[in-house]
Amino acid sequence: MNNIAGKPLNGDLEDDDEDEANDDGLEAWERAYTEDRSWESLQEDESGLLRPIDTTAIHHAQYRRRLRALASNAATARIQKGLIRYLYIVVDLSKAASERDFRPSRMAVIAKQVELFIREFFDQNPLSHVGLVTTKDGVANCLTDLGGSPESHIKALMGKLECSGDASLQNALELVHSNLNQIPSYGHREVLILYSALSTCDPGDLMETIQKCKKSKIRCSVIGLAAEMFICKHLCQETGGTYSVALDESHFKELILEHSPPPPAIAEYATANLIKMGFPQRAAEGSVAICTCHEEAKTGGGYTCPRCKVRVCELPTECRVCGLTLISSPHLARSYHHLFPIVPFAEISPSSQNDPNHSFPNTCFGCQQSLLSQGFGAGNKAELSVSCPKCKQQFCLDCDMYIHESLHNCPGCESFRHSKSVTIAQ
Amino acid sequence: MTTSAPSKNYADDVSLLVVTLDTNPFFWSSFPFHFSEFLSQVLAFLNSILLLGQLNQVVVIATGCNSCSYVYDSASDKNHASTNGTMPAIYSNLLHNLDEFVAKDQQLTTPHHKPGTIPSSLLSGALSMALCYIQRAFRSGPMHPQPRILCLQGSTDGPEQYVAIMNAIFSAQRSVVPVDSCFIGSNNSAFLQQASYITGGIYYRPPQMEGLFQYLSTVFATDLHSREFLRLPKSLGVDFRASCFCHKQTIDMGYVCSVCLSIFCEHHDKCSTCR
Repeated sequence: MNNIAGKPLNGDLEDDDEDEANDDGLEAWERAYTEDRSWESLQEDESGLLRPIDTTAIHHAQYRRRLRALASNAATARIQKGLIRYLYIVVDLSKAASERDFRPSRMAVIAKQVELFIREFFDQNPLSHVGLVTTKDGVANCLTDLGGSPESHIKALMGKLECSGDASLQNALELVHSNLNQIPSYGHREVLILYSALSTCDPGDLMETIQKCKKSKIRCSVIGLAAEMFICKHLCQETGGTYSVALDESHFKELILEHSPPPPAIAEYATANLIKMGFPQRAAEGSVAICTCHEEAKTGGGYTCPRCKVRVCELPTECRVCGLTLISSPHLARSYHHLFPIVPFAEISPSSQNDPNHSFPNTCFGCQQSLLSQGFGAGNKAELSVSCPKCKQQFCLDCDMYIHESLHNCPGCESFRHSKSVTIAQ
Repeated sequence: MTTSAPSKNYADDVSLLVVTLDTNPFFWSSFPFHFSEFLSQVLAFLNSILLLGQLNQVVVIATGCNSCSYVYDSASDKNHASTNGTMPAIYSNLLHNLDEFVAKDQQLTTPHHKPGTIPSSLLSGALSMALCYIQRAFRSGPMHPQPRILCLQGSTDGPEQYVAIMNAIFSAQRSVVPVDSCFIGSNNSAFLQQASYITGGIYYRPPQMEGLFQYLSTVFATDLHSREFLRLPKSLGVDFRASCFCHKQTIDMGYVCSVCLSIFCEHHDKCSTCR
């Protein structure tokens, strides 16, 4: 089956090519084990019996550790955040990006994760814009311009991306700097560099470019895929960004998704500007108009710009005729949870749960799950649970994760009228 | 992550219906239709959901004006069999818990609301609890039921709950959970219209309360897969315009603060919420 010498028949041509391409001297059954090492997901318990690794406990422990780290960093819950962001993603397409240490290749992993990141980014920051820049062969090119809708960026990413040559950090930063100089002053300027190479091929002094970016208040962050580099660390320290190096695919996904919530605002941008925006109404069903985005006649659907009355297909967008930013109120509402975050829940140790002085109901307030562990011979041992410091209701760890990562409402505080201590001016 | 859209491993046609039932006494005391007649129609509807499939599950959360709480879970093992044989077990369980809830809710009432207005019910709390329950259902294994939320609401929207309700709506949208609303009050509820539009649910205001059971069973009883084959009420004209913070009027064009996202109708030099 492997290494059949001689001319292959036409019908088998493709198969044989594939076999030979993947053949590292391994048999077919051996190749199955190079990717999947199922014996690594087992561990021994106290009596020496094998068990699959209990991922939920590890998951919970990781989550609580991360939350504690975040809570110790954030002095108060009301740090101003940069909500209107203009972010450039610089993708390194040098020869190093075709390395196969991330399966199937670093480039493929980057493309997939950037697509997920862009969707998540527009979900959390609907008023922001993203642009894509690639760097290879010592030069940097703009893949897509700054735009407010995810589809055009994702389409460009899914196209064929060749990796060759060297990455150039200075050219990428210069390109981004010149593009970001044209945006309005209330926008927060950010760059996220996904760097696979271990070197940079620059025409001039990279330190000067870094100082230029620092003066223009561009916040540069880098995620490295190879190893830690001094120049990236220096860049991030000077401009106030974050530098991290990914260990594997899932770590990379975690690191890149950490950039989707808005970062703390730089002090100079904290002065409030009032930006004129329009709230278009939906056009009547059955009305015919020529839309400005596709330049063809469309019936029904769509929105009408309140200032110049042209039809646009989707929101949020900028009216092509008069330049007014058009949004709807749910888009603003998506960012409210950044402004009114909920406090992290406090842990309840199992020992204080059995204390007769505190009356804990032992069911999670959100999902009604019993908080007593139901293991073999565990009896009525209570599991780790958390409680909200404001309404004092008890929650299980899964609800805690869901509430803080997705829901952003404490069910306990929302379900009791007289525990509301913060009234939102509306 | 538990929050990404679940894979479509739904058990065929099995539904999990979480109902938020408005028990706001201020609303019901001034409404021409009586709460007991309303409840009897709703109970018949819930029973019919359980009859449609053996594995269907119904959970009821009562939305009071001072608190919210679970009053019925068809999958719970705390349900006791019918006590006196004159009504199905679901009725006696639910009524018993609802009685307790309403009594507790009344004790929490303080006379602090503005006279002439009806205080709103705590819809944001009920939606948050419903979503937490649904997340638990997602964790129960690969073949979990298809969840959806039905809001039986009559009280008007409380503007102080706007942010919390929008958070719940966006979370429901991410988890692919449709929020249906059957609104029985006098004017349309903007919050519930937006909720149903954004999450892909149905918003319906029954024209005649005497026929409520018919509306519920024809519009809201079908599971999500079968909805593609039915002609269900379309949403007309959901108004997504914002209201300005200074006059509370809906505006077409306004000024948005870049830091705190407050909306104003006239240009000011400084944002009043930020200072």
